[in-house]
Amino acid sequence: MAQVQAQEEVGLAAPAEAGGKGHVEGQQHPIGIYLQIWGWLFVLSTASYLVDYFNVEGYLRWSLILIFMLLKAGLIVAVFMHMLWERLALIYAILVPPLLVLVFVVIGALEGDHTFLTRLIFFQTGP
Amino acid sequence: MAQTALTDSGELLKRPDGLQGIVADWSSDQRAFKNVPWGKAMMWIFLLSDTFIFSCFLLSYMTVRMSTTVPWPDPSQIFALHIGGQDMPLILIAIMTFILISSSGTMAMAVNFGYRRDRRKTAALLLVTAAFGATFVGMQAFEWTKLIVEEGVRPWSNPFGAAQFGSAFFMITGFHGTHVTFGVIFLLAVARKVWRGDYDHARPGFFTSRKSHYEAVEIMGLYWHFVDLVWVFIFALFYLW
Repeated sequence: MAQVQAQEEVGLAAPAEAGGKGHVEGQQHPIGIYLQIWGWLFVLSTASYLVDYFNVEGYLRWSLILIFMLLKAGLIVAVFMHMLWERLALIYAILVPPLLVLVFVVIGALEGDHTFLTRLIFFQTGP
Repeated sequence: MAQTALTDSGELLKRPDGLQGIVADWSSDQRAFKNVPWGKAMMWIFLLSDTFIFSCFLLSYMTVRMSTTVPWPDPSQIFALHIGGQDMPLILIAIMTFILISSSGTMAMAVNFGYRRDRRKTAALLLVTAAFGATFVGMQAFEWTKLIVEEGVRPWSNPFGAAQFGSAFFMITGFHGTHVTFGVIFLLAVARKVWRGDYDHARPGFFTSRKSHYEAVEIMGLYWHFVDLVWVFIFALFYLW
């Protein structure tokens, strides 16, 4: 009961479609938005597949892959997982911590480069 | 037994939005996540921890790939299929991607119909989602068999190049496949409950005795979309890079 009440207080963005009586229950959005996002995910996946199909190389390939990846991830989290309609308290609690992974990426890259160079030296001068 | 959870907090004022809203929600010993049921908040926190697990896998994959002096095998050719007299690069993985995205689409619609209290459509869409998921796992089993039996890829060696390819591949896709498999089981369990009308009649849960509610479908959906989300990253970083 308390939950439903709390939901009504906050007033979720989309109005109740089916229930009528102005009673909002959970996340209710028009079905069309899901179909639209579904379509976009197909388009983006096809695009990232075509990057491979046409053998795009180098920085263009990597940036295209990353852009399509982030767009797809954004659409899934924002609409399919309803993050778009949540309160900032939840959004920040869930989406900020993964950003710290980027720190690990930098550390891992430094470490990887270091190992690579050490191996080059070792394999060239070793027995 | 007395129910102690979720007492009525009696909030009547409209809560502030934006940064002020964050401070207001997190301060003063309250429930921090105001308009989400606790199960949903807990699922989000579980998914956050799972994000870190998969991040660790992808990070270690990045590190071994950067540090090897042997050329990295080309996934584009390894995962090619011979269709209609020509080799289609990476086609198997592309089909798997489309299947998983479609399952996410049907899942999102199942959640929607659940909140509209359309029992039949919700159950049907959940079953379709489970079928897509099972197809995905089946294709992954085919892919693994082909790689292990025909190509001779092992976690410690493979005929194409850097040995780390095998260990990274089996670890990452294996862990993701396990998630999909558990997701399918989870989907079937929720579909059964929807079909039986548990969420319409607030039937007490078997283990928890808590009232069933259509939120359960959304919580299930969060897990399923997360599995799709992880695949987006695996597809980009492992198969396409």
